[in-house]
Amino acid sequence: MGRTLTVIHALGLMLVVFSAAYLMPLITALIYDQSEVFQDFLMAMLLTLTSGVLMWAVTYRYKGELSIRHGFLLVVVMWTGMPAFATLPLLMVLSELSFTDAYFETMSGITTTGATVLTGLDTLPSAINLWRHELNWLGGMGIIVLVVAILPLLGVGGRQLFKAETPGPMKDAALTPRIAETARNLWIVYVTITILCISSLKLAGMSWLDAVCHAFAAMGLGGFSTHDSSVGYFNSPLIEFLLMVFMLIAVINFATHFVVLRNRSIAAYRSDPEALSSLGVILASCVGIAFFLWWQGVYPEFLTALRHASFNLVSIATSSGFASVDYAQWPIFAPLWMMLLTATVASAGSTGGGIKMIRTLVLIKQAGREFVKLLHPAAVNPMKIGGQVIPNSVVFSVLGFIFLYFMVIASLTFVLLISGLDFISALTAVLASLNNCGPGLGVVGPASNYQGLTDFQTWVCTFAMLIGRLEIFTVLILFTPQFWRR
Amino acid sequence: MKILILGAGQVGSNVAESLVSEANDITVIDSDGVKLALLQERLDLRTLVGNASSPSVLEQAGINDTDMLLAVTQSDEVNMVACKLAASLYNTPTRIARIRSTDYLTRPELFNKDNFCVDFSICPEQILTDYISKLIEFPEALQVLQFAQGKASLVAVRAFTGGPLVGNPLSFLHSHMPHVDARVAAIFRKNSPLIPEGDTVVEEGDEIFFIAASKNIREVLKEMRRMDRPTRRVMIVGGGNIGRRLARALEQDYQVKLIEFNKKACNKLAGELAKTLVLNGDGTDEKLLQQESVDEVDVFCALTNDDENNIMSSLLAKQAGARKVIALINRSAYVDLVQGGKIDIALSPAQVTIGSLLAYVRQGDVAEVHSLRRGAAEALELVVHGDRKSSRVVGRRIDEIDLPKGATIGAVVRGDEVIMGHHDTRIEAEDHVIVFVVNKAMVKKVEKLFQVNLGFF
Repeated sequence: MGRTLTVIHALGLMLVVFSAAYLMPLITALIYDQSEVFQDFLMAMLLTLTSGVLMWAVTYRYKGELSIRHGFLLVVVMWTGMPAFATLPLLMVLSELSFTDAYFETMSGITTTGATVLTGLDTLPSAINLWRHELNWLGGMGIIVLVVAILPLLGVGGRQLFKAETPGPMKDAALTPRIAETARNLWIVYVTITILCISSLKLAGMSWLDAVCHAFAAMGLGGFSTHDSSVGYFNSPLIEFLLMVFMLIAVINFATHFVVLRNRSIAAYRSDPEALSSLGVILASCVGIAFFLWWQGVYPEFLTALRHASFNLVSIATSSGFASVDYAQWPIFAPLWMMLLTATVASAGSTGGGIKMIRTLVLIKQAGREFVKLLHPAAVNPMKIGGQVIPNSVVFSVLGFIFLYFMVIASLTFVLLISGLDFISALTAVLASLNNCGPGLGVVGPASNYQGLTDFQTWVCTFAMLIGRLEIFTVLILFTPQFWRR
Repeated sequence: MKILILGAGQVGSNVAESLVSEANDITVIDSDGVKLALLQERLDLRTLVGNASSPSVLEQAGINDTDMLLAVTQSDEVNMVACKLAASLYNTPTRIARIRSTDYLTRPELFNKDNFCVDFSICPEQILTDYISKLIEFPEALQVLQFAQGKASLVAVRAFTGGPLVGNPLSFLHSHMPHVDARVAAIFRKNSPLIPEGDTVVEEGDEIFFIAASKNIREVLKEMRRMDRPTRRVMIVGGGNIGRRLARALEQDYQVKLIEFNKKACNKLAGELAKTLVLNGDGTDEKLLQQESVDEVDVFCALTNDDENNIMSSLLAKQAGARKVIALINRSAYVDLVQGGKIDIALSPAQVTIGSLLAYVRQGDVAEVHSLRRGAAEALELVVHGDRKSSRVVGRRIDEIDLPKGATIGAVVRGDEVIMGHHDTRIEAEDHVIVFVVNKAMVKKVEKLFQVNLGFF
């Protein structure tokens, strides 16, 4: 029991930090002179802050080191609790919104999924829009990483939490000797690139609010937009190009960006096998899909085809989920190929979702190893990625992860089918939620949104987003008997 | 010359043996008394048991009046420290260290006067690896030795029917390929040397040594024998220092399979090597060899530490149909036994690597020494200094130089240019002259001839 209270203690502290996130929409509300919205946000902030302080103070006696088990518990509780608190302003400002939909929206924000149940985005109060996008941005690098970064004396097992939240199979890449230092550096890189993104979008002709919002969504690979027609609203090749560039930056491991900035040399990109494979696959797919669309006559001009194919493909593949056209109308091969890329191309340590490039590489190499083993039974053939030997234990954990991943897709798809959704919508809704991508096809396609789903279906998708962001194991471990056995 | 050798391992004892025979005073230090006792039994030298990097031990071994320190222990670090000590405390004039780790070798500033004071570093494994790589590049050759940083090469090849030169006099070589300059330095017929003249007729089975610019090797080889198809598949047995280096050097250009017995070593090798297929097993296991299609292998190299295993596995490979087999054999008795039989090339590591050390011990400015025919003959690269007065070589035509019988000037390297040694070629100062000596007894005379007379300084 004492340990559980320790979790609550740490949770309280994190909520206190999280309540600072309300400052941005508060300022926005002031700037745009929306006093009612301002009051609502202030209320929400105070509620969050008070709950946090209360939790922290009441359990102060139990302050202490967290065990591995409770680290998992804290991460999951935090990732379910935060979106719950984040719904407060939505519920207060948009009175007709149900809790289910509000929770879906905030979960979609913080897991960087970017799927929405709201329509009339263009007319929402600016503060609400900014709030949604800020959630995208915070969730991208990870709120716990942030807390570990700014509160090194948190008294919680920082490294454990860091590992539980950061995606990827191998999490021991130590950039700096101290985990707090590592976390801080990652956030500094993240903030720097985001500021670059905001300024370039502003220069490209967006308003300040749009620039900030879209930069947040692009860097977090979330994909929220302030407009119902998403990026299509701007109809500007320059903006599409800039967003593409920053999405491609965000899909690379931020640790690699950090090394590049620290060494002032791009050598680190060249030796990052994930970055190379991701960019290679995305580029090849862009050109391929553009040719396909042009050949199929969807766009009469190749350049137009290339523009729309590359923006939407990059957006979906990187798991952002912006759209500039209704790509669901394209021949089915193209959108399905994009959904497949979503699942695979993001790097570990990036803000993207899916099974991650490193796991894809491990799987491909493992298949190659099996072939070699059949031909040369005596061969000693360790798995090597980028010249580094990957221990077999990692290979096994990747195989385990992939198995769970596909089991989750299959079972959640069945659940949605039982609830009455059609096959394409069910499958793509699960894929898009689990990979934190956003739009699927069919009912949940880029032209519509998740509003059409029943409450039950919405909860299923919400759950898929959560386990997708925390990479399945972290969440599902709470449902195993071993976890609760002393 | 007083020489102090640190380390009585394979390299140390081989060097000691060669140097003793060249009338030097040798002291050997090693921490293993048994090894030293064995060495002392065979050779006329002094030994001392102790730590090679300890000043008191070095003093006891007489480092104060030593002319040359040869640090060839197993450990790079001990060798470097010993050189540093010799330079800082005892002013030893020449310090040579065996350095194996590329980590050190890629940072040459470590070895300069301000740091570890290593005058020359040698890496026997690398020399051996380079040597074998050349044999794999030219599978027709018996030996490929490089001079003047690889600009000129001395190649040994056995003449076979199919080569245009076979059955013709040597002068035919020039008329048959006028654009390529090459010179036959020596011919061994039934193991006895012939002095090659323009009218010497090449017979099948002759072992021919020729010198040519490195880029022309293949064309000259074509004259001597029918060419094989170029090497594509290489199989190496033994993943020790040599096998590993060789695999790494070859894996980009050839299909390489490496067989290693030790499972742990296999894992390490497989991690280090990018393209090589590492196999865990016994090189003498004919089932494994067959399963890995040894019959399609172009060059098979047995490079383990064990002579008997190397001989057996290369015999098995040859039997199974490998095109060319190379065996690494340490014991010289075995080398004589095996060479010329079923095994195409019996490599004696001592013979291959000793040359690089001998170059430092010799009198005069000797840039390169290669032992040939198991030490019976020798090829030297000498740098010529002085002028017409102080030197007996400079400014003279080759036929004016008083070379002992059995020694021939094969080629002259002047800057980047490789000039073949014709009777009217004139030697200039700072030329690198490649001299082929059929009998080692004449080496001293040749060296003396090239030395600058006293009074030059």
